[in-house]
Amino acid sequence: MASNQENDERAATSVKVAECIVAAVIIALGVLVMVDSLRLGNRWVSDGPQAGYFPFYIGVILCISGAVNALRALRDPYVRTFVTRGQGKLVLLVLVPLVGYVALIALLGIYVASTIYIALFMIWLGKYGWAKTAAVSLGVSLAFFLMFEVWFKVPLIKGPLETALGLN
Amino acid sequence: MQLLSRSLSLVSAALLSCAALTVSPVLAAWEPNKTVEFIVPAGTGGGADQMARMIQSIVAKHQLMKQSLVVVNKGGGAGAEGFLEVKGATGDPHKIIITLSNLFTTPLASGVPFSWKDLTPVSMLALDQFVLWVNAEMPYKNAKDYIDAAKAAGPSKFKMGGTGSKQEDQIITVAVEKLTGTKFIYVPFKGGGEVAVQLVGKHIDSSVNNPIEAVAQWRGGKLRPLCLFDTKRSSYTAKVTTDMAWSDIPTCKESGFDVDYLMLRGIFMPGGVTAEQTQYYLDVLKKVRDTPEWKKFMEDGAFNTTALSGKEYADWVAKEEKRHYDLMKEAAFLAPGK
Amino acid sequence: MDEIQSLIGGFGVALSWFNLMLMLVGIMLGVIIGVLPGLGGANGVAILLPLTFSMAQQPGGATSGIILLSCIYWGALFGGAITSILFNIPGEPWSVATTFDGYPMAQKGEAGRALTAAFSGSFVGALFAVLLITFLSPLVAKFALKFGPAEFFSVYLLTFCAFVGLSKEAPFKVVASMMLGFALAAVGLDTVTGQLRMTFGSTSLLKGFDFLIAVIGLFGIGEILQTMEEGLAFKGVRAKLKARIVLDTWKELPRYWMTSLRSCVVGCFMGIVPGGATPASFMSYGLAKKFSKDGDKFGTGVIEGVTAPETAAHAAGTSALLPMLTLGVPGSPTAAVLLGGLMIWGLQPGPLLFTEQKDFVWGLIASMYLGNIVGLIVVLTCVPLFASILRIPFSIIAPVILVICAIGAYTVHSSMFDVWMMLLFGVVGYVFKKLGYPLAPLVLALVLGDRAEDSFRQSMLMSQGDMGILFSNGLVGGLTTLALTLLFWPLISMVWDKVRGVRGKS
Repeated sequence: MASNQENDERAATSVKVAECIVAAVIIALGVLVMVDSLRLGNRWVSDGPQAGYFPFYIGVILCISGAVNALRALRDPYVRTFVTRGQGKLVLLVLVPLVGYVALIALLGIYVASTIYIALFMIWLGKYGWAKTAAVSLGVSLAFFLMFEVWFKVPLIKGPLETALGLN
Repeated sequence: MQLLSRSLSLVSAALLSCAALTVSPVLAAWEPNKTVEFIVPAGTGGGADQMARMIQSIVAKHQLMKQSLVVVNKGGGAGAEGFLEVKGATGDPHKIIITLSNLFTTPLASGVPFSWKDLTPVSMLALDQFVLWVNAEMPYKNAKDYIDAAKAAGPSKFKMGGTGSKQEDQIITVAVEKLTGTKFIYVPFKGGGEVAVQLVGKHIDSSVNNPIEAVAQWRGGKLRPLCLFDTKRSSYTAKVTTDMAWSDIPTCKESGFDVDYLMLRGIFMPGGVTAEQTQYYLDVLKKVRDTPEWKKFMEDGAFNTTALSGKEYADWVAKEEKRHYDLMKEAAFLAPGK
Repeated sequence: MDEIQSLIGGFGVALSWFNLMLMLVGIMLGVIIGVLPGLGGANGVAILLPLTFSMAQQPGGATSGIILLSCIYWGALFGGAITSILFNIPGEPWSVATTFDGYPMAQKGEAGRALTAAFSGSFVGALFAVLLITFLSPLVAKFALKFGPAEFFSVYLLTFCAFVGLSKEAPFKVVASMMLGFALAAVGLDTVTGQLRMTFGSTSLLKGFDFLIAVIGLFGIGEILQTMEEGLAFKGVRAKLKARIVLDTWKELPRYWMTSLRSCVVGCFMGIVPGGATPASFMSYGLAKKFSKDGDKFGTGVIEGVTAPETAAHAAGTSALLPMLTLGVPGSPTAAVLLGGLMIWGLQPGPLLFTEQKDFVWGLIASMYLGNIVGLIVVLTCVPLFASILRIPFSIIAPVILVICAIGAYTVHSSMFDVWMMLLFGVVGYVFKKLGYPLAPLVLALVLGDRAEDSFRQSMLMSQGDMGILFSNGLVGGLTTLALTLLFWPLISMVWDKVRGVRGKS
């Protein structure tokens, strides 16, 4: 147990690495913005700036600030932890199912996917029993269905189940 | 699943029509079985949006549809957002879209891949007029005064406000410039209501607003109409202000520059829908047109109430697309590769 | 005194048991709409529109109808604050600034206090705006006409300068975050030239990045991910529920009268212009932070940081109805639907509405007073109820919040792409927060970026490239100068202190 806990407290990523990754993404976005601005025209013509004028300089500033942030991070003498392994695990425990949930929305529709997601979350992370889980997950989805589809007439994504029930 | 739902809806449609037969034999065979989305490919408050919400209200008030009709604004990318959604909803009879000229101008000017041929034409509702407006406090009494003043001031001194870039308002502006030898500064705004307010505030010198967008300010004595961009005068003779009716506005041709432009206000459905489904909406729209509210709305906005449907409508749209292509080519508004 | 007479007449029209009941229904619906990020006021108004037609058949029915519809609007303004404070998820765009201090307060176990402050602030803002509409409407309508593109640009500049200032974060992180916001705002169709920018041929990017999607991701999802690090617990769980919380908070509020007054003025100004409720809330928060004694503590959960944006947002939302009625330009989608409702009753918004439809207009104004009083009572009685939501265990409430986030992101454009974007923004929000990149500048740049650029380029078109237009008259010059003064305020106050210091020594 003790070694496990120790393991959990070890750094999964250092701040330095995280800072550099973020800076690199920012610089890449800056370059992307600049390239497209050149296509649009980035000059100040007789009747004011062209469509790419402001975006171009936004791109330039993005690149500069990304570079400065990366340099500052690299010159930081302290080694700091971005996330420990334990924290990282917990975050992924939410994030990965969340990605799965969004993928499920496209497949099964928002109501079925939400029911499954809430149920899994409660059982897996909350350790609730089946009865309580079913009540909450079905209840919440049903409430949303009534609220959006029936009451406010806002159509959300629906899947095969709703089609089969003729609710589509 | 699609098959199942299709057959289900067929069954229910059959049941409905059986039930209907006993009550009234004229009921159409197909009816929507869920909420119908009414897409507006423009922002809130503009001409198309006002018309769509008017139709929604009329349908609700007179209970013309069993299911509800919900207006959804999808104005992103000069309307491309809305058109692409309808293009992608092939075979879905629960979506209808109201068009403005961006049906033609947006694909031509931005190169976004859609065309009216991706959609099913249902019915033309009306044609929207355009009027040259100036601030009522300005000395220009007619279009000739104004054009002369613009000429005398020199190029790029007078400011013409309009909705969007490379769309109908700018097309008209360019046409006026070509015929009169003037050169305006065209200032694009996001919506027609905004343009009218900018003109009242004297931030711009003129606009080519639709009647409905500027009528309240005209009645309030803030704006003055100079000429109508049509081949003939408006047919509405009831007084709008104390001394003028829509029919008192001269055409621009009378004022010496022959520019006419009418904008389509029509309804389309996604491609791949059945004739029965189109017929249903055609019937609903016909009932809408017969209500007193619609007639008043048409008069308030001085609409040209030509209403075509079926093949005539499709032919008209095809002709209009060609015309926009020519107009935009001349104004150098076409996207590269078009 | 004419106004008072008309107003009393208006109360006569609006004050009946039936109308009071309608107000109650409207407010409650509005609160629900405000709470759920997927529902806008426009949805609520749209579904009730048919109902109001049958009402309109009876005498005085048109007024009843518009009371019902406008109360949804007030309810939504009140309701937006609830999820901002409880879960860091703004239910409506104008409640983003409320999260900055409201959510930290909830985490400290002061959710009830924060909610009371937010609701009371909203009410004060609305009351101020209604008084303005009642007594100064002709003047105010004239003032709104003075705003052309150059003036709008200076207003947006002022919003930026009021909000941005010295912060604790590394300056280049602030810059990077803000530029990212500007870059995202530029995606989509350019209004001025009609060109597509940074869409790279993707049809999903045509519509640009919606503010609400970014905010749901950055704040809502980002916050849940960060909470997860510390295990399965919401910090606000310890929230004590005292029935007297409302009275206790009220005793405290008069102390911040200066902030409230300033927020009211900012809100009304932004509502009339119309710059909108969202920029108003940001500007008001920024100014409160700059001028408050406790400015340094903003962001850690101070009550002024909650009242300032809420007061301004509600004042702006209320006063925005005036340009809608007199100019016919709706300031928000909800206002647009209200406008559509007016038209089918044969009421034409415009300069003549106040003279031609006197009864209706004054009935509406009277209902603004009554609706907001009813609204305040409704939401305040529910404060303990709202606060008790935080007692629900995290592993039940967290997935429900995430589902609400997904629905909210989807409904903006009915597009799956947006839900994926929200997820991406969630990860960005989590990483940025951990690395000390501030999120507020990004959000502000995203909401104001394209508007500011449009109005700047419109003014450049009008002046044919001459920057002088930004100082061409007293109004725009004054606004621009004020903006620049605020931007350089720290520098100015430093120099000022030095000069005074030197004098003091000599």
